[in-house]
Amino acid sequence: MLHGGNPVQHKLYMEIEEGKQVLRYIAKRILMMLPILFGITVIVFTLMYITPGDPAYAILGENATPEQVMEIHKEYGLDDPYLIRLGRYFAGVLQGDFGTSYKTGRPVFTEIMDRYPNTLKLALLSTLLGVVIGVAAGIIAAVKQYSIFDRVGTIISLFGVSAPSFWVAMVLVLLFSVKLKILPATGTYGPQYWILPVFTLGLQASTSIMRMTRSSMLEVIRQDYIRTSRAKGQSEWKTIMHHAFKNAQVPIVTIIGIRICGFLAGAVLVETVFAIPGLGKYIIDSVNFKDYPVVQGGVLWIGLNCIVINLLVDIVYCFIDPRIKSMYSNKKKAAAVGTGGASNG
Amino acid sequence: MELLEIKNLVVQYSVGRDVVQAVNGISLTVKEGATIGLVGETGAGKTTTALSVMGLVPNPPGKVKSGEILLDGEDLLKKSNKEMRKIRGKDIAMIFQDPMTSLNPVMTVGEQIMEVIQLHEKISRQDAQKKACEMLELVGIPGQRYGEYPHQFSGGMKQRVIIAIALACNPRLLIADEPTTALDVTIQAQVLDMMRRLKETYKTAMILITHDLGVVAEVCDQVAIMYAGEIVEKGTLEDIYESPRHPYTIGLFQSIPDLDVESERLNIIPGMMPDPAALPEGCNFCERCQHATEQCKKQPPVVRLSDTHEVQCFLAQDEKGGE
Repeated sequence: MLHGGNPVQHKLYMEIEEGKQVLRYIAKRILMMLPILFGITVIVFTLMYITPGDPAYAILGENATPEQVMEIHKEYGLDDPYLIRLGRYFAGVLQGDFGTSYKTGRPVFTEIMDRYPNTLKLALLSTLLGVVIGVAAGIIAAVKQYSIFDRVGTIISLFGVSAPSFWVAMVLVLLFSVKLKILPATGTYGPQYWILPVFTLGLQASTSIMRMTRSSMLEVIRQDYIRTSRAKGQSEWKTIMHHAFKNAQVPIVTIIGIRICGFLAGAVLVETVFAIPGLGKYIIDSVNFKDYPVVQGGVLWIGLNCIVINLLVDIVYCFIDPRIKSMYSNKKKAAAVGTGGASNG
Repeated sequence: MELLEIKNLVVQYSVGRDVVQAVNGISLTVKEGATIGLVGETGAGKTTTALSVMGLVPNPPGKVKSGEILLDGEDLLKKSNKEMRKIRGKDIAMIFQDPMTSLNPVMTVGEQIMEVIQLHEKISRQDAQKKACEMLELVGIPGQRYGEYPHQFSGGMKQRVIIAIALACNPRLLIADEPTTALDVTIQAQVLDMMRRLKETYKTAMILITHDLGVVAEVCDQVAIMYAGEIVEKGTLEDIYESPRHPYTIGLFQSIPDLDVESERLNIIPGMMPDPAALPEGCNFCERCQHATEQCKKQPPVVRLSDTHEVQCFLAQDEKGGE
């Protein structure tokens, strides 16, 4: 073999080889993003196209004259056939031009970027809080299955999954802003303004993360290698954290990815209650205003985010489970390693 | 010199309202460096006995009800969890049945061997790593495969890794729970051969749990036959193989097909092992025993046939009394 007998060197060599394979896989995945984005664009464009209503009236108001309406139609090319409009939109998108907002006349991309940081901040902070609470509670619930903690935790998490976020948001506002007067209710003027919205979404996220952590841990804890770890004389804490938790992470990471995607697009209610100028609320407002370019651009942007998050989740899998990593690598190579191993034995 | 002494061990599992009597008062002695085979059908309580020695009976639902497990005269059942952790992996190590599931899939095999070394020996990371490589070489796996994961190994090699983990801290007692059941026959022979060699090199005592009488004949000095949570007969290899006395032991030997005799069907012991949640009174085997009489409805006595040979059966008592 090219690499010497030193196990550390050998391991390094194996890792570099495997790393190359994984990079190739990631490149393939990034290429696959293009047709998905194309699909999203076509679907959103078509949906907006077949939606009844004329954006010209939204721009001009109810009392617009037919001449004014025609002028707007001409200006924005609203009378052109579907395919020409779609083609025009694509041509723009490929050049980084998402069109201009009917309402403000500013570029859609600028409008989105004004609001995106708020949405991203809310989504990431809430998910982070959800992970901290959910994973810890899930592990404890699994290790102490059927204990009081497990039962109470399960009830609370059931409550958290069922309670609508706007209701939780309003209860929190009532309690902390109206009664106790310790936290501001609306706006984004400083860190303290983020506490209540992040708590609202974070608690919601923690419930689903806790349930997933619990069930995944329960499955892993019954595995034979957990018994092997105990038979080695390993402490209970390290058995749970090093052996069980690491094996339980794949489904947990999956649900964390789903959560972030959900919060990017679906935090509308919470954004509304706390008056956070975020992307979700902006898109809903634009739908009502028939501001088509904004809706298209916004959905496309969120779609891109979700695809990237899913890719990141898949990459994280590699670091958690070496079996998934070798699945990503070339199949032929894996077979060669397998037979090489057998001949050694 | 006695290394391990099990005295009247009783282990029960509570499943709902039922109490499963997994181990019912067994006694067993393992001398230093000796190999004892624990033979019995599935569900006879072999694994539960082993887990009791390790202090790993899953609780709940399992519980060691009474008895003593003495290692060098110290009762393991009275030790705290923390004290037991120092014994597990160091003084007593265990090899589990299924190599496919007994290794952590997300840790390299080297790390898994190193883990047990670092737990019990105060040596640096580099030294532990070096020793883990040596252990791999010892079980016939090239040390450079240290950084590979279990899924990159075949079943037989995984079992060798597990053996390497078990032997890494040079334990005085090795409990092997059906170490070759999950392997195919050619690999079985290799693994058994290797275990025997390592055992002789390191003078490790071993409890070999199996239902394969052929394996026992190859490896063990002493044999204990378990049935429904009891040891029905125990003795040296010669005692059991040349003059088995308990009807169950005799049935076991008769059920091994004989190459010289042409027969359509295998000789089987009729019936099933009794439900351990509802054991019969008296002898547990009496419902399946051809020689059962009225007196078998009472608890059978343990009869000492010689210094080494003991059997729990009225039949042996009657014969001995008649002599």
